[in-house]
Amino acid sequence: MPQKEFINGDKMSDTTDTGPVLAADGRPLKRSLNRALRRQKLRALGLIAPLLIFVLVTFIAPIADMLFRSVENQIVSNTLPGTVQQLETWDATSGEAPGEAVYEALYYDLFLASEAKEHTRLGTRLNYEETGISSLFRSSGRKVDDVGEDYIDALEDLNEAWEDEAFWYSLMSGGEDAAKNSGLLDEERERLSGLTGDDYSADIGFVPGQDISQLLPNTARAYSSFALFTVIEDEDVVAEEEPWEAVKIALVQDIKRGADMSGYEGFGAEELRAAQDMLQGQPDIAFKEAFLDIDEDWGATDNWRTMQVYSPPFTAGYFLNAIDMQNGLDGPEARPENQQIYIMLFKRTLFMSLVIMGSCILLAYPVSYLLSNLPMRSANLLMILVLLPFWTSLLVRTSAWKVMLQQQGVINDTLVWLGLVDDASRLVMINNQFGTIVAMTHILLPFMILPMYSVMSTIPPSYVRAARSLGATNWTSFWRVYFPQSVPGIGAGSILVFILAIGYYITPEIVGGTTGTFISNRIAYHISSSLNWGLAAALGSILLAAVLILYWAYDKIVGIDNVKLG
Amino acid sequence: MKLTKTLMATTALTVTAVAAHAQDMADSMTLVSWGGAYQKSQVNAYAIPYQEMHEGLEVVWDESSNEAVAKLRAMDEAGNVTWDVVDVVASDAMRLCDEGLAMEIDPDEHLAPAPDGTSAEDDFGDLLVSDCFIPQIVYSTTFGYRTDMVPEGVDAPDDICDVWDTETYPGKRSLEKRPINNMEWALLCDGVAKDEVYDVLATEEGQQQALDKLDEIKDDVIWWSAGADTPQLLADGEVFMGSTYNGRLFSVIEEQDQPVAMMWDAQVFDLDGWIIPEGLPDDRLARALDFIYFATDTQRLADQAKYISYGPARASSAPLVGQHAELGIEMAPHMPTDPENAKNTFLYNYEFWADYRDDIDAKFQAWLAQ
Repeated sequence: MPQKEFINGDKMSDTTDTGPVLAADGRPLKRSLNRALRRQKLRALGLIAPLLIFVLVTFIAPIADMLFRSVENQIVSNTLPGTVQQLETWDATSGEAPGEAVYEALYYDLFLASEAKEHTRLGTRLNYEETGISSLFRSSGRKVDDVGEDYIDALEDLNEAWEDEAFWYSLMSGGEDAAKNSGLLDEERERLSGLTGDDYSADIGFVPGQDISQLLPNTARAYSSFALFTVIEDEDVVAEEEPWEAVKIALVQDIKRGADMSGYEGFGAEELRAAQDMLQGQPDIAFKEAFLDIDEDWGATDNWRTMQVYSPPFTAGYFLNAIDMQNGLDGPEARPENQQIYIMLFKRTLFMSLVIMGSCILLAYPVSYLLSNLPMRSANLLMILVLLPFWTSLLVRTSAWKVMLQQQGVINDTLVWLGLVDDASRLVMINNQFGTIVAMTHILLPFMILPMYSVMSTIPPSYVRAARSLGATNWTSFWRVYFPQSVPGIGAGSILVFILAIGYYITPEIVGGTTGTFISNRIAYHISSSLNWGLAAALGSILLAAVLILYWAYDKIVGIDNVKLG
Repeated sequence: MKLTKTLMATTALTVTAVAAHAQDMADSMTLVSWGGAYQKSQVNAYAIPYQEMHEGLEVVWDESSNEAVAKLRAMDEAGNVTWDVVDVVASDAMRLCDEGLAMEIDPDEHLAPAPDGTSAEDDFGDLLVSDCFIPQIVYSTTFGYRTDMVPEGVDAPDDICDVWDTETYPGKRSLEKRPINNMEWALLCDGVAKDEVYDVLATEEGQQQALDKLDEIKDDVIWWSAGADTPQLLADGEVFMGSTYNGRLFSVIEEQDQPVAMMWDAQVFDLDGWIIPEGLPDDRLARALDFIYFATDTQRLADQAKYISYGPARASSAPLVGQHAELGIEMAPHMPTDPENAKNTFLYNYEFWADYRDDIDAKFQAWLAQ
């Protein structure tokens, strides 16, 4: 480190002289030195930039994105925004289903969601927490069109204009010259892009009128989302499509809530007043009853509680699940005993990885010792034997162990032939922990041998000889002189093997049976089969954190400087 | 003279129409399937004849059906769906439909009617279990056993409960490492009536009852996760009996001549078929739809049964099922739907498992790990 010494020298000279030391070009030496160093740093950064960017884009960013799913939960509030808002005031401990207002909000939310085919997605999400919600949403999406159909029929019987797409368009836009309410349209744009993930910013040839959206707020809102959806998803023209049932239901509700028509003189005023006269005598739409007709599970407080608990945009639910807990009535609680599995799997993964690491050390140490003490030519030959399995496919090696270890396999056959084991009581050596440990020790052995070998081959043999000549026994000279020098190799190999083992997946899956599988097998299951990516991300985050903590502990106890790969 | 002119004009029109039609379709197509003998049967029955009709068409096969749902979801999020037609089991098709990842199909518009004019919707009938699913075959999960390991003086197993009878039939069993099918079989053998199985399984107590029943043979079970495991375990003599897909057992028995026989009792029917991913560009969508129309017509579905012992999903294909293309044996008796084999069957309950899958799986895995 010549630069460091130079800086120190500079400091020393600072104290003796009065002015700052100047470089040849007249600038202060300190500054020009800093500049030269900065240039060097930038050059170094420039050199590693391609790799750094590559790693960031293809490795760090996707992992961060995946891990973020462990807390992300926007889907509930994006799909059912109104319902979530209404549900805030509901008391889950009351033991009663929520009131009419929640069901009305649910109607509009579910109608839009089922038009956009997003309701089943939400059902799948909530089904991870409460069994049965998946089919509840799927079946209700189909039937939600029928809610309040008597009122729509009555409206259309009263005046055919309510079935006329052009009439609706003129009514809601309030005519060409009318004041417009583009704020409402923008709100709906935002809502729909939250719901579907698509871009809704395009011009749709419709903006709700200011007057009508004050008079009929719900209707204007429902019609706006209908208009946006019609133009952007279905690629149709708003004025040529009859509005959804939900728009008409919103109109019925607006009128029944006592919209004040007296001052309204815009388009369709006459039809609106007629509708008001007709609707006034009729009972209110019973949303709750309608939903209970669709499926009685809409009355189950458990389902509503799940929706309430999982309504915030971020949740700790996946992490709770990953440590065998769940969101109960009074905060987090342990899961029922017959569903607890993850803590046990984490422990098993750590324990078995340690065992595998230990058996790798035991097997690799003598081999590396031999390799580093043989003449070059025979050492190279042995090295190839070490590397050969390393170059063979992982699957092939694992399957080979299957053939070796199974009950009708090579080892059992040999033992039976030798008469050491009775034919009826062949050893069970696979589909259990033993199988996983044997197969993984074999597979990971080269990762232990290579760093050990490279460290041992740098230990000068003269040290041991010197110890012997000073009267040490073979054991003392090994234990006191040779072994301490080989520890960095053990450390490097152990870290490598342990970290690789902890994330192993294919081998435990094939030879592990039920008692020899790792946490990674459950992560893979949740990624590819159950599609519960949030839970998989939470399990993965915990595993990553565990590895980092162990690495930190290792650094504290052994010191990472003591690790040498060569 | 006038007639010739008209004829010529019509021909010219037809030619341009066909040319325009062909231009609209992509000239390569990626099909996703399961690999192995099953994919081979699809290549022979569908892809090769289709390519003969459309010269210059390139067909790429991807053996990813096993994780099709997860991969399609990832592709959708990345905004780059590279698959055109995907072979999945019905329950996965339902999930893809629920997630909005598969396109909804109108059977009468997108699928060919039967030769006698029956509409596609009626021809497939109840097998159209999801709006996005185009059924192709009926397969079953059933048991095979080693004939040479049946103890002397004992009848061959012919009852699902023989799986639990380790005294009469010693030896290991192989079962799939998931609750589906195993829970149903356990309840059936624990005295639950067939039509009540799912009602019982919907309750806490029923789930526990099934696990308790499975507990009886837990020490004798090797759990499999890949369809090829049980055939291998049977061929090695590692297990006495094991569950797997009937087509796999067919190939162990007939093609590899192993001393294995089928036990059809309480076989569970399931469906496999095609889906088209949502949001394909127009030219690729046109190609996918054109292929689907061809590959799921009555004759093509019957042709597939020449290569593998899975039942065609169309009612109109059943009478056309002939002999195995290479072995020359009659295929009908090897079909899961054959009346002799289908005396006692079970139909996979899609709705039930869509709801209960996560819950029961958590319990099942916890039980397994104990």
